Amino acid sequence: MASAYTLEFEKPLQELERQIEELRRLQTERQIDVDGEVAALQQKLDTLKGEIYSKLTPMQRVTVARHPRRPYSLDYLSTIFTDFIELHGDRLFMDDPAIVGGWARLAGVSVMVIGHQKGRDTKENLKRNFGMPHPEGYRKALRLMQLAARFGAPVITLIDTPGAYPGLGAEERGQSEALARNILEMSALETPIVTCVIGEGGSGGALALGVADRVLMLENSVYSVITPEGCAAILWKDASQRERAAAALKITAEDLLRLKVIDEIIPEPLGGAHQDPDATGERLREALIRHVTELRKIRPEKLVRRRAEKYAAMGTFVES
Amino acid sequence: MAVMAWFKKERKPRTSQRARLEIPADAWEKCDRCGHIDLREKFEKSLNVCPECGRHRRFSAEEYIELLTDTGTWRELNAALRSADPLQFEHYVDRVASARKKAGEADAIFTGAARVDGLPFNLGVMNFRFMGGSMGSVVGEKIARLARRSLEKKIPLVLVSTSGGARMQEGVLSLMQMAKTSAAIAALRNAGIPYISILTDPTTGGVSASFAMQGDVILAEPGAVIGFAGQRVIKQTIGQDLPEGFQTAEFLLEHGQIDDVVPRGSLKETTARLLRHMQGQRPHHMESVEQLA
Repeated sequence: MASAYTLEFEKPLQELERQIEELRRLQTERQIDVDGEVAALQQKLDTLKGEIYSKLTPMQRVTVARHPRRPYSLDYLSTIFTDFIELHGDRLFMDDPAIVGGWARLAGVSVMVIGHQKGRDTKENLKRNFGMPHPEGYRKALRLMQLAARFGAPVITLIDTPGAYPGLGAEERGQSEALARNILEMSALETPIVTCVIGEGGSGGALALGVADRVLMLENSVYSVITPEGCAAILWKDASQRERAAAALKITAEDLLRLKVIDEIIPEPLGGAHQDPDATGERLREALIRHVTELRKIRPEKLVRRRAEKYAAMGTFVES
Repeated sequence: MAVMAWFKKERKPRTSQRARLEIPADAWEKCDRCGHIDLREKFEKSLNVCPECGRHRRFSAEEYIELLTDTGTWRELNAALRSADPLQFEHYVDRVASARKKAGEADAIFTGAARVDGLPFNLGVMNFRFMGGSMGSVVGEKIARLARRSLEKKIPLVLVSTSGGARMQEGVLSLMQMAKTSAAIAALRNAGIPYISILTDPTTGGVSASFAMQGDVILAEPGAVIGFAGQRVIKQTIGQDLPEGFQTAEFLLEHGQIDDVVPRGSLKETTARLLRHMQGQRPHHMESVEQLA
């Protein structure tokens, strides 16, 4: 398990993992029975892992949410959905590979799945722009949502982006307008919308896929108005204060459930989603089916009214 | 000697009348674009627009209210809303307190009802001096309530934006104000109530990515910087300098992002005329218009 992808706080686990691997090697090479020792070490490893993961700081969670082995939208599309047909392009300018989407089936039901898509390696990341969409990505997403609504299909969005891309072309083609339009249209879309933050929920670029009847978060995902690095740079002129910023911004699933911004936390396997993508997918699938089934029973007009009421209630202020 | 005398200047004592007026040094203002120096009074009379080069300098929220409403018609609404500190974000309470001292009690937006050229309308004007016009729960709630009022009373909505974006100190709750305000604007759109968005310098981040860019008509002041990302962030991301005039109102007009660039002095008249068009009303001065049978 130990690899170049080991996170800083996972280092104490490395030694135990190395020992287990060593024993297993001996077992195959010399046909020695080491099952007992391995089991004991494995138990020790799980306990330690449990301890470490139960005490993650918000910034450590950010590193889990950004883990390069973490399952991405296309991974879930190939594991928990069936019959996926990807649809491309915004019909206006181009296809943005930082957002993927198309028809798929969830437990046999036709749904429209739309998600941010990061790349697994440098080459793919260049193609997918590290999951940072341009306006055309958001416009494609909206086109697909409206397509779904026209045929009465629920929309499922998967959020995983550092943010909408801050570049020349993005500004020229109206990044603000694209985000603003999606947020407005989603608030009034006459079909069920279920969102899950599967990794990074980066500000407006996340919300532009995230106005929904139900908002879920995977246990180790984060959702924030600004990256901890960005916040630290602005408030304390020092990006290295990100630990402090991550804590102050209240970006974990637990925080956001408490603030009533999200509806449910989906637990991840011990050590994070990347340790067992299939188990993570199974839990996500179960939650999506449950919410979609509930929402499909509600008339579209009522759904939209409730959605508007839900967002109207968000925020904390004092009225003297 | 005699010839030289012709050139000799008769020296009068240099006590011109102008100098004796004793204009205090702080009565002068300098345009930060063209360097033109003029009396502050002159700048004020021209709505803080440089009389020389037309540069639109920042205008306060109170000044916009005065500019856009008929005299004596402005009535402030929901002025008692105050920021809470939902995240217990370090120093947020202090920062809000000092902002209130500096920029007034209204948080980063004034909302109210008034008339423009006789037409009743609801007006919200953001206040940049209050924490950079940042949108937190109070700004979101005030806009949502104003939009709801427009819906109930069936009168148009005008919002004047200036903001650095969402207020960090309220975390994701600030982000959710983008959804909250957007849902309120969507309700207006469905009911056919006009909404005019006026963008002033600067309008960026979460405000430009929500209600500011959702106007039925979007106007901007000359030279205003409008965009999603801040220029420093873009420069860092792309590793090169930004082109001249990038993210200005004129740049947005050229790229099809806004309906028009309107000088400050014409904002009121343009707003009233647009509202009459969108509400199916006749123009104020009938003689100028041909009547359809």
